Amino acid sequence: MEGFNHKDLLGMGQLSVRDIELILDTAESMKEVSQRDIKKVPTLRGKSIVNFFYEPSTRTRASFELAAKRLSADTISLSSSGSSMTKGETLMDTAKNLQAMNPDLIVLRHSSSGAPHMLAPEIKAGIINAGDGTNEHPTQALLDLFTIREKKGRLQGLKVAIIGDIKHSRVARSNIIGLKKMGADVTISGPPTMIPVNAESLGVDVINNPAEAIKDKDVIMVLRIQLERQSKLLFPTAREYSTYFGINRETLKNAKEDAIVMHPGPINRGVELASDVADGPFSVILEQVTNGVAVRMALLYLLVGGHKSGNID
Amino acid sequence: MAILIRGGDLVDPVKGLIEKQDLIVEGGRVSRILPAGAFSELNPGISIIDASGMLIIPGMIDMHVHLREPGYEYKETIESGSLAGVAGGFTGLACMPNTDPANDNVSVTEFILRQSAKAGKLKVYPIAAITKGRKGETLTEFGDLKKAGAVGLSDDGSPVVNSELMRRAIEYARYHGLAVISHCEDINLSGEGVMHEGMISTQIGLKGIPSASEEVMVQREISLARLTGCPVHIAHVSTAGSVNAIRRAKEDGVPVTAETAPHYFSLDHGSVVGYDTNAKINPPLRTQEDILAIKKGLAEDVIDVIATDHAPHNLLEKNLEFDKAAFGIIGLETALPLTLALVREGVLTIQAIVRKLTCSPASILRVDRGVIREGSVADLAIIDPECEYILKEEDILSKSRNTPFIGKKLKGRNMLTIFEGQIVWSRDSKHIGCR
Repeated sequence: MEGFNHKDLLGMGQLSVRDIELILDTAESMKEVSQRDIKKVPTLRGKSIVNFFYEPSTRTRASFELAAKRLSADTISLSSSGSSMTKGETLMDTAKNLQAMNPDLIVLRHSSSGAPHMLAPEIKAGIINAGDGTNEHPTQALLDLFTIREKKGRLQGLKVAIIGDIKHSRVARSNIIGLKKMGADVTISGPPTMIPVNAESLGVDVINNPAEAIKDKDVIMVLRIQLERQSKLLFPTAREYSTYFGINRETLKNAKEDAIVMHPGPINRGVELASDVADGPFSVILEQVTNGVAVRMALLYLLVGGHKSGNID
Repeated sequence: MAILIRGGDLVDPVKGLIEKQDLIVEGGRVSRILPAGAFSELNPGISIIDASGMLIIPGMIDMHVHLREPGYEYKETIESGSLAGVAGGFTGLACMPNTDPANDNVSVTEFILRQSAKAGKLKVYPIAAITKGRKGETLTEFGDLKKAGAVGLSDDGSPVVNSELMRRAIEYARYHGLAVISHCEDINLSGEGVMHEGMISTQIGLKGIPSASEEVMVQREISLARLTGCPVHIAHVSTAGSVNAIRRAKEDGVPVTAETAPHYFSLDHGSVVGYDTNAKINPPLRTQEDILAIKKGLAEDVIDVIATDHAPHNLLEKNLEFDKAAFGIIGLETALPLTLALVREGVLTIQAIVRKLTCSPASILRVDRGVIREGSVADLAIIDPECEYILKEEDILSKSRNTPFIGKKLKGRNMLTIFEGQIVWSRDSKHIGCR
């Protein structure tokens, strides 16, 4: 097996095509483990992994925890409410204190773009970026790539539309980098308030109207719309968003017949995605979640160095 | 105690001349200026400074610094800022009022002047707040502040959002002969932005501050200056759009002046890649096109002044996540080399950059410094424009170290500073012979 020579996974930009293929191939074996009756292998026995979530997360956090446990690593989970952060300790200090306990890997979710990049050079343990602010969410992109490859048999040459708040989406940014790297064409779509300036510098096409954007696409990736903060809303109402930018069965007719619909979750049903599409035959949304565990197992395995001890059986 | 400075090239920014001249400093003033070598008969007690290969310039005046005292003495004090200033070649610093408490009343202004007299290294010119507590609600007592020693007014760090209040401020300030310095920013457009909104912010996922955030406010100040005929000075110009707006206003005869900071013509938004919080500044580092426009604006005197916006911050505020880190970089000790680079690039002459660092800010602040002539106060800097060095963190004299230029090669250095006739700082190097 070729090596995976990274201490950290901070973003998709650092990965080569070969790295991505290695992660996805490894995830296939991991998926097989996850489907067994006894979903546990001893690969990372004696390794310790800290899940450090400064931001609320259900899916990603559970996914990382299960991934670590299925590989027999010891895990602890910290969240901002229960951590020293609420006592005024800086991120750097908290991380250095964790480092002093000698973990093998820190999985970091943080509301500030660049937070894992700041820690990586200061910390001996590897760092996985589990989402940093509005920058990147590389493990989500990898599980999306895995899911697309599984469904379509390839990534090269596929046409992908990403719809929603591209400007503030770490999922979009990581997917754009990953998809472009693997040879897919990417179109981004959404109201102009959600398209970043100089979007073309990301190597994507911009088509604001989602019905047009998804024309002839193989993959429709719908992003979650932030409804939490009304004052920062980038559109007038949820109702209007769903009318003009929501994906429903009607708009989906423009896509290729065998197009798949993806969503990183959690879904605002009836806003960015109609329920009948989310639950419909094109949807691979729950498979994304299943694959998330496998892809994260692969990453833990490759980063923590379990691969040096041989195989995963 | 007289000093003879000989062998150097004297820069006269007012006449725009550089000439080999010797000068005698006596009784705190420049007593004589004569052609090189003319002083053959020396008084026995005179000390001699050999300035061969050096430029002699008026002590520089930085019309935009943050000295942090009172309230944030862990970042900088008037004493430490004065030391950093004279090391950089400055003999005058205009300090912004965003201290704690804010300099919005006579007692704070007097305190600042007392502290600077105690430090005794250079002249501190207090800039008082336009509004009480810098809250943008009610005007401060301009008359009393002026009498106490304030030379200008600014709510720097924040804009005066209320346009009617800003109108009153510039009208009333003119009566008292106080400069009004505007921090131009539309705080809603800036929002939660932490860097320039552009290609880099899109690529690295940081929230952007659009150029328009500065430009809409620059346009407003121009409109108010046009309306009232009262002068406004635009602080820290960072965008091409601002330069163009100011150029048009000046062509129309609107009484507007402007400054930029060395970092706005030295670095672009690419410096933020890697989330270096030492490149986090407000207004933010912009694009190469903006840099070109600022250089053009300097060359055409659209931008009158180079000021540092020296903004010391402790590691406590900088060794943080990028969006949580404080805005600002220090600038007193790097202003000269960064500005001299413009001479080497052919953007400006030595005389022009010296003017923008001396008599131009002095004239906007209406202070009687920034020139060298017989009888003028002896505020001088002797600089070596060819001296090359690497900026080392441990060499920084400011209390804070927040600059993206650490480790960078700089060219041009202040060697000796004279303030009111006294040598207040010397690099103590073999480049300059002091005996």
